[in-house]
Amino acid sequence: MAETIVFQSAPARPAPVKTEGLVPWAKANLFANWQSTVTTVIVLGVLLYAIPNFIQWAFLTATTVPNADACRAPGVGACWGVVTEKYRLIIFGRYPMDEQWRPLVATLLLLALLVASCTRAFWNKWIIVLWVVVVGTFFALMYGNVFGLTKVTTDRWGGLPLTIMLSSLSMVMSFPIAIAVALGRRSALPAIRTFCTIYVELIRGVPLISVLFMASFMFPLFMPQGVTVDVMIRVLAGLTLFAAAYMAEVIRGGLQAMPKGQTEAAASLGLSYWQTQFKIILPQALALVVPSIVNNFIGLFKDTSLVGIVSLYELTGSLGLALNGDADWRPYKLEGYVFITLIYFAFCFAMSRYSLWIEKQVNKSKLR
Amino acid sequence: MSTTNNAAKDIIVFDKVNKWYGNSFHVLRDINLNVKQGERIVVCGPSGSGKSTLIRCINRLEEHQEGHLYVDGTELTDDVKAIDKIRKEVGMVFQQFNLFPHLTVLENLTLSPMYVGKVPKKEAEEKAMLQLKRVRIAEQAGKYPLQLSGGQQQRVAIARALCLTPKIMLFDEPTSALDPEMIKEVLDVMVEMANQGITMICVTHEMGFAKAVADRVIFMDQGQIVEQNNPHDFFNNPQTDRSKDFLSKILGH
Repeated sequence: MAETIVFQSAPARPAPVKTEGLVPWAKANLFANWQSTVTTVIVLGVLLYAIPNFIQWAFLTATTVPNADACRAPGVGACWGVVTEKYRLIIFGRYPMDEQWRPLVATLLLLALLVASCTRAFWNKWIIVLWVVVVGTFFALMYGNVFGLTKVTTDRWGGLPLTIMLSSLSMVMSFPIAIAVALGRRSALPAIRTFCTIYVELIRGVPLISVLFMASFMFPLFMPQGVTVDVMIRVLAGLTLFAAAYMAEVIRGGLQAMPKGQTEAAASLGLSYWQTQFKIILPQALALVVPSIVNNFIGLFKDTSLVGIVSLYELTGSLGLALNGDADWRPYKLEGYVFITLIYFAFCFAMSRYSLWIEKQVNKSKLR
Repeated sequence: MSTTNNAAKDIIVFDKVNKWYGNSFHVLRDINLNVKQGERIVVCGPSGSGKSTLIRCINRLEEHQEGHLYVDGTELTDDVKAIDKIRKEVGMVFQQFNLFPHLTVLENLTLSPMYVGKVPKKEAEEKAMLQLKRVRIAEQAGKYPLQLSGGQQQRVAIARALCLTPKIMLFDEPTSALDPEMIKEVLDVMVEMANQGITMICVTHEMGFAKAVADRVIFMDQGQIVEQNNPHDFFNNPQTDRSKDFLSKILGH
C-alpha cells in the first residue's frame, strides 16, 4: 500500500503592492490617467477660488447686527442681521408672538417622539400609545381652546412646526396605506387590484400642487352645507394620499424582488396569506427598499413647502411672509434662504444618516 | 424489495389528475398513483417531465385542473380549510432551501409551530432544538441561514419541515443545488428519516439514495408515469425504451 502524502496549505502572504492608505487612494481615484488628473486639477482650482470667497462673504465681512443700515454699509458681506431680526417670524410664521412658547414646546415634543421612534429601545407596542399622546398634545398646544390656552386657528400656524408636523404625520400615515396598496396591486382579486392601480396612477398623474389645490378648494364644494373640515386636515390628507401612492410603488418594487420560493416555503408550512406577508415577505421586501423609502421621506419633507399654494405658511412660506412685506429687509432674502437651507439640510441629512443605520440593522442577517 | 404491507392504507391518491400550465402546456397527463402510508418513493425523469409539479400538487403549491387528489382522506379542492389541514400534515424541502434569511435558524423552525400550531414559544423552541439535534446542527441555532453552508442550510430546511410533525415529507431535488462534498451530509439525514417510517416522496437523481431507501421508483416523462417498479428491478431491468435511455444517460459515467 502506497504511503499517503499529507496535504499542507501554503501560508498566506501580504499583497506585494499597497492598496490601502491615502497615497494609493489618491493615485487610484484622483490621478489614475490624464483625464482624471485634469479633472482633479480643475475641481481643485474652482474650490480654491470659491471657498475663500465664500468664507470672506459669510464670516469675515458679515454682520449679525439686526440693523438694516449696518448691512447697507460698503464692504459688508452677508447680512445675518436679517436672521437675528426676523427669526421668530421665519420659524413660527404668523403664530401670535406672545404664544410662541406653545409651538416651541409642541415641536420639541414631536421631535423627541420622532427620535424615540427611531430608537431600538422604543420599538414595541407602547410607541403607538406614545404617538397618540404626543400628537394629541401637539394639536392641543397649537390649537388651544383647552386648559385656558387661547384659541389659535390653523390658518395662523406656520413655520418649522408646520413643516415638521405635516411631514412627520403624512409619512407615518402614508406608510400603512402604501403597504396596503402595494399588496393590493399584487392581489389575486381583480377588483382590489384595479382599485389600487387606479389610485396609484391617478395620484401619480397629477402634480402635488393640484392635489393640494383640490383638497383645499374643490373638496369643500362637494361637502354638504354646514359641514366643514379644517384646511389643515384636508391638506394633511392630500399630502398623505400623495405620498402613499409613490411609496406604494417603492414597496411594490421590493415585493417584486422577493423570490417565489419564500412564499412557497411559507405556504408549505401552513402560514396564511397575512402571516406570510407580515412575517416573511414584508420584512425582507421593506429591508430591500430602505434607501428608496427614505428618499421618498426626504422628498416629502421638502415638498411640504408647496402647501404655500393654499395659504399655509410653513418654513419656506413664512420666510417670504417675514421678508416680502418689509422693504428694509427684502434685499437680504438670500441670507434668509441660506438660513432655512441649513435647517432643511440638517433634517434631511439626519434622515439620510439614519437610513444608513437602518440599512446596517436590516442587513445584519446577511453578514457572513 | 418492497417493504410495504398490503394492510397499510393509501395516504395519497392521484385519480386521473391532469394539469396544464396556461392553455397549451399539458404538464400532468392522467396521473394515477397510490402511495401507502410509510412508503418511500423516488421520482425521477428528465427535466420538464412534470415530476416537481407532481409533488407540488400534493400540498397545493400547484393546482390540478382535472381529476381527484386525496391526501390523508381529504380531497384537495379550492377549499382553504382542506388546504390548511393538508399543509399541516405535509412537510416540504425545496431545491433552493427557501429558508427565511431574515430569521435565525431557530426562528425559522419555530415560526410555523408558533403561528400555525399555536404552540407556546418555549415549547416550540425545545422541539426545534430537538429537530436541530436530529439533523446534527444544533450548535448553529442562533445563526442566520446565509451564514451556513449549503448542506447545513438544507439540513435546517429538513428540520423546519419536521417541526410540524408531518405524516408526509416531500423532497423536490434536495441535493441538486449542493456542492458535491455536501450532498452526503444531507442524504445521510434523509436516510435516517426514511428508516423512521415517515411517508416520503423524493424527486432526485441520486440513484444511490434510491437504491438504498426507496420502496418504489417512479419514472416520469412528458407528464406521464412511464414506469414504476422497486429499485432493484427498475435499475437492473427497465421495461421501457424511454427508461433504458434515461438510465444509460445518468448511470453512463
